Amino acid sequence: MSRLIKFIILDILKNRIVIFYTFLLAVLSWGVFSLEDNSNKGLLSLLNVILLTVPLVSIIFSTIYLYNSSEFIELLLSQPIKRAKIWWSLFLGLTFSLGLSFLFSVALPVCIYAPIDIAVMMISAGLCISTVFVSLACMSTILTRDKAKGIGIAILLWLFFALLFDGIILFLLFQFADYPIEKIMVAIAALNPIDLSRIVILLHLDISAMMGYTGAIFKDFFGTGVGIFLSFFILLLWIFIPIGISLHLFKKKDL
Amino acid sequence: MIEIQNLSKTFDKLEVLKDVNIHFSSGSCVALIGPNGCGKTTLIKSILGMVIPSKGMIKVMGKEISSDFLYRNHIGYMPQIGRYPENMSIGQIIDMIKEIRNTDKNLDEELLHSFHLPSYFYKRMRTLSGGTTQKVSATLAFLFNPEILILDEPTAGLDPLASEILKDKIMAEKQKGKLIVITSHLLSELDDLITHLAYMQDGKLVFYKSVDELKKITGEERISKSIAHILKGAVNE
Repeated sequence: MSRLIKFIILDILKNRIVIFYTFLLAVLSWGVFSLEDNSNKGLLSLLNVILLTVPLVSIIFSTIYLYNSSEFIELLLSQPIKRAKIWWSLFLGLTFSLGLSFLFSVALPVCIYAPIDIAVMMISAGLCISTVFVSLACMSTILTRDKAKGIGIAILLWLFFALLFDGIILFLLFQFADYPIEKIMVAIAALNPIDLSRIVILLHLDISAMMGYTGAIFKDFFGTGVGIFLSFFILLLWIFIPIGISLHLFKKKDL
Repeated sequence: MIEIQNLSKTFDKLEVLKDVNIHFSSGSCVALIGPNGCGKTTLIKSILGMVIPSKGMIKVMGKEISSDFLYRNHIGYMPQIGRYPENMSIGQIIDMIKEIRNTDKNLDEELLHSFHLPSYFYKRMRTLSGGTTQKVSATLAFLFNPEILILDEPTAGLDPLASEILKDKIMAEKQKGKLIVITSHLLSELDDLITHLAYMQDGKLVFYKSVDELKKITGEERISKSIAHILKGAVNE
């Protein structure tokens, strides 16, 4: 297992896109903190940038990488290696290398400029989000043989979670503004990994006081230890369900 | 060594293999022949576990393969069209496979040297010609001294010299009592190699006989003629 993962990680880390991604994230995070004098404001801007770019790069890069590995997979299948092991190695290889480039670029500035508890929270949320979208990429690759379709599914997934979902929520909020929907909103937030990590981090910044009654309800839930634990548990579900489905399909795939 | 029972495979609605039963025993050199699209490659890929059968069972060396993967230690496979990671060089591919297998068995690097591959080790797979890719596939198939060799169109794309080297190698392995399964269209070049013949058509196994038996039944000296003889008979019936 470890040998296979080593090959995959080395292969990915040599990739120019990953190097560029690391560089871009590093420039963004150092830039944001040196531009803002208030570290809270800096964190907020960085959060928004990270929650937009990390999922995008993770899902698109992983999808393309998995499609391009079809020859590699075919070669490995004729060797005495379990199918599940091949798929796990690809998933873990992608997760490690993308996680590594995230750590390499974001962790240092965040640890320097932000209080340590928020820094830890931010880094772990970023790593989770990166992994969730690698996992979703595995699923979109396995759903179709056609590379163009697969990348299309990946882009749609990102678009949905990063932009469309918020639009739908906003629409619902206005439609049902007269009803007590605050508690339901907590549940709905769990349906989107990006929103979930955004809320968890926002509530640990001082600005959460400005979010009104809904904010208070959110704080009541996500601000507590149980809430944080539950949020990360849900993020773990977001990782394991797509990779689980894709693994199940990969075991039965004809190559 | 390889036992196949009631094997069927359908892709969507297309039936590619229909109830195939066959038994390959060690020491024989089987030619799997038949027209294009008759299911030869699918049969081979099912033995390797690359295609999951819809029905039926395959046993390799007495073990059911659906729940096992270690049986592939005993198989050397040379695909019809070898597909390799394009950015890796020949040397990297061979080193990677060696490292993944991590075996302490003696490696058989004869083909590596007779094909002069070490002088191309730096070349990336993307830049290779079809013939050189085939040489890499052949080398990988023989590298780990497997008891079973499955060769899908081994000589297609090879130049006469390389194809002769490969045939000599197959012959030498056959002498060691290994099972060799070859698919090919060119019958004449198999004449002196094979001991058994399996003929497939439309996903069905039409016949599976030893060469001696075949020659006796048909009274022909050459394999290609005796097959033609049998097929004509089948049509007339």
